[in-house]
Amino acid sequence: MQNRRRMLRDSAALAAALAGLGLLPQVAQAAWNRAAFGARKLEDLIQVLGVSAPTESSEVVVSGPDVAENGAVVAVGCESTASGVRQLLLLVEKNPNMLAMIFDVNEHAEPAFNTRLKMAESSRVIAIALADDGRVLYAQKEIDVTLGGCGG
Amino acid sequence: MAEPMRIRAQASDGKVVVRVLMSHEMESGQRRDSAGKTIPPWFIQEVTATLNGTPVMRAQWGPSVSKNPFLQFTIKGGKAGDLLAISWVDNRGDTRTDKTFVR
Repeated sequence: MQNRRRMLRDSAALAAALAGLGLLPQVAQAAWNRAAFGARKLEDLIQVLGVSAPTESSEVVVSGPDVAENGAVVAVGCESTASGVRQLLLLVEKNPNMLAMIFDVNEHAEPAFNTRLKMAESSRVIAIALADDGRVLYAQKEIDVTLGGCGG
Repeated sequence: MAEPMRIRAQASDGKVVVRVLMSHEMESGQRRDSAGKTIPPWFIQEVTATLNGTPVMRAQWGPSVSKNPFLQFTIKGGKAGDLLAISWVDNRGDTRTDKTFVR
């Protein structure tokens, strides 16, 4: 146990040193968007991302249940049929940190995904599509949660 | 080291549908323990996928993603026998990569 702790500590220190030198592989180095994930309001998020105000569009679809019995696991999906989408964002409006996922769309991936989210309370779930030409489209769905995800 | 991911990749009509089930606590940083102390956040921050070594998908995650996360996405192109690799990195710097062949 002692050894394992020490090894963990040492390897963490080594990783930090390597990261400082820029030697870690690209995957570990690529920046996580701390500012965006720290946003607590939609306006803040839009400002952090530096994009124009979103417009509601039928070219974005967010899917999920109308009522979720367990807020700890809510199956949610989103997709976009708009052209030139480069990122899909999925957020839960009333979660403490509203942004749940940024999904990069490239020539290999379709602008669609499904996942499972935690929801602290009943809330709008919003999908935002950022397009190459600066368009910002969104779709929303109200999901009622009967049991909060905070305790789960 | 975390438990292996369960990955299913199925080719049909020139697309590959990928379903991944990861094993991770995804602690949000909002919960408190019995002593009232905040449990520090511990969650996957980045997920990437490669198909035969070519990056095909990248996603950044926040702590709102559920415990033992599930992700389904679709790769254009690809066929049975291609090698799919999925990696994640969490906020402690832990990482895991698992590979499977497209069926």
